[in-house]
Amino acid sequence: MAVITFIIDDEQYSAQEGVTILQVARDNKIHIPTLCYLDGLSTLGACRLCVVEIEGSPKLFPACTTKPTENMVVRTNTEKLKKYRRIIVELLASEGNHQCAVCVVNGHCQLQDLAYEVGLDHVRFPYLFPKKSLDATHKDFVMDRNRCVLCTRCVRVCHEVEGAHVWDISGRGIHCEIIADLNQPWGTSANCTSCGKCVSVCPTGALFEKGASVGEMQKEHDFIKFIVTARNKHEWVHIAPEDE
Amino acid sequence: MSKTITLAPVTRIEGHAKITIQLDDNNDVIDARFHVNEFRGFEKFTEGRLLWEMPGITSRICGICPASHLLTSAKAGDDILAVEIPETAEKLRRLLTLAQWLQSHALSFFHLSAPDFLLGFDSNPATRNVFGLIAADKEFTKRGIRLRKYGQEIIEILGGRRIHTPWTVPGGVREPLDPTKKDYMLGWIPEAKETVGLALDALKKIHKKYAKEIPEFGNFRSLLVGLVSKDGGLEYYDGLLRIKDGNGNTIADKLDPRKYFEYFGEAVEPWSYLKFPYYKPLDYPDGMYRVGPLARVNICDYIETPMAEAERKVFKALSGNVGVVNNSFYYHYARCIEMLFAVEKIEMLLKDPALLGTNIRAQASVNRPEGVGCTEAPRGVLFHHYKVNKDGVILKANLIIATAQNNIAMNRTVRQIAAHFIDGKKGKITEGILNRVEAGIRCYDPCLSCSTHALGQMPLHIELVSASGEVLDEVQR
Repeated sequence: MAVITFIIDDEQYSAQEGVTILQVARDNKIHIPTLCYLDGLSTLGACRLCVVEIEGSPKLFPACTTKPTENMVVRTNTEKLKKYRRIIVELLASEGNHQCAVCVVNGHCQLQDLAYEVGLDHVRFPYLFPKKSLDATHKDFVMDRNRCVLCTRCVRVCHEVEGAHVWDISGRGIHCEIIADLNQPWGTSANCTSCGKCVSVCPTGALFEKGASVGEMQKEHDFIKFIVTARNKHEWVHIAPEDE
Repeated sequence: MSKTITLAPVTRIEGHAKITIQLDDNNDVIDARFHVNEFRGFEKFTEGRLLWEMPGITSRICGICPASHLLTSAKAGDDILAVEIPETAEKLRRLLTLAQWLQSHALSFFHLSAPDFLLGFDSNPATRNVFGLIAADKEFTKRGIRLRKYGQEIIEILGGRRIHTPWTVPGGVREPLDPTKKDYMLGWIPEAKETVGLALDALKKIHKKYAKEIPEFGNFRSLLVGLVSKDGGLEYYDGLLRIKDGNGNTIADKLDPRKYFEYFGEAVEPWSYLKFPYYKPLDYPDGMYRVGPLARVNICDYIETPMAEAERKVFKALSGNVGVVNNSFYYHYARCIEMLFAVEKIEMLLKDPALLGTNIRAQASVNRPEGVGCTEAPRGVLFHHYKVNKDGVILKANLIIATAQNNIAMNRTVRQIAAHFIDGKKGKITEGILNRVEAGIRCYDPCLSCSTHALGQMPLHIELVSASGEVLDEVQR
């Protein structure tokens, strides 16, 4: 496979053709924030947190789905990108009902971490306070749509890794919601194996274990990569996130 | 021409309120009202949330007594799960309750009310606060602040943080006590006992100094309501309800707090966001009752710790030939006795090996469609009542807060003080009078953010208004 050479933040990098900008950046310890992306799952480019600038184009490109080309010049942390990323997190905050102080993942939430990272000291858009439902019908888990950011990690992990395909998205635009078994109460789902993978990969407190109280829910996001690597390569290697 | 005097906002209380005083054509006080103008809506917006989240959510009602809501909510959760929590968990929760009493009572006494006592009701309002107190008696104030710190530190050791810890959950508590912290907590006991002793000494001097005024500070007969232990002792975490009347007769005893709604109703007045709970058999407003330190120390047969019990006997002697102490000013005294009890009982609990157990949380799913939690918060008996669906989603929440239960009595107190100290004929209110009216409210140590489950902050404002609505005089802080 051909090797291409390109520039990220004024440094030259070489990579196998076909890998994404995000993969190259992570291999070289360059931090690009992500939300919908999760190692081991298919990439979607939905959240736009990982947008980068590419010289010669006025558009911003999601690093998770964009593949570098020879001599491409990529910038990952410009003022423009910081501004856009902050707006994205602000919009997520204003669109849902995110009450960190009383949330089950307070202190262990990827949306909260992102808010800190982008310097979200306040939200400039009006809060929509949408009326969202909470599905506590499952015996072990709860889906709280108030805290869902529609990253679809749950949808993908259930379809791609567990193979059960319990979750889908209903509705359009701002009215999109994650539903179980074509909009049945989760507890009645015939497909759900109660494996809990969706709960583990959820970046926020939208999916959590029943009985968890404030800040008590801690998730293991990285084990999906372990499972997928084991399945595809027959290599049972745990890669700690900090070693990635 | 009748007039209305308005004090708004009332200062050195926990919350936002105003007082209006109504004068008749002869400029005599005909009515006085304590208006609570906060509104929050916790009972409504917790609908649809999960039972297990309720302690964390309801503790956000208040920054002074979050632990009380946390505990009471967890107990309502225990009731819905139908579990008996492990012994260690109960003892740890008891320790938390006492630490909460200690820090809250210390705040009420040293930070909020001591400026009136030690600097004087008529002293300069600019310095009649905790800073003025530091200037006047640094050591005394420092000791008071440290006493509160002790209570807060116990809460932090147990729950990981001083304010809004989510440590108590339906079924028990989240983390066991770190055994290495026990000696540290025990090390505070001698100083804490000494500090409460200083507070009691100071208060007794105040009783002498203001002997003529004290009888006008909310001195009336009312029902007194609180929890007592199974054998009638002072209770703070569990127990059964006892109701005494203003003559010291026990009119109801051994009532199950889970059936509170059979005994107490809630009236509403258009001029306040704070409801008016009353004892149903006597109806509103005759069913007026008081809760909190004054009620608890009055209704119990004994206190299980020796120093507090000795002080309780002195307290009871104040009642003369009436069976109970009816003067609201003695809330402060009862509060100090409870601080003493809290310190002594904390020492007892810390020496109990069961406190260090690690079996601390009972696991269960929803086993009852509704549950009631009841504890004695610093300001009085507190009820959390939840109805849930089979999955544990809250369908209805009702919170009855201590301060609300004192609402009718607080209004009576304001009326009494106003009638005694305000001379409508002069048409001018002095700042010292205004402060006395507020001090009447401070006896109850009201927490308005709790009692309305409401929003707000708090400055102070009094208006003297004629019957035609003309503002004749106004005082603003």
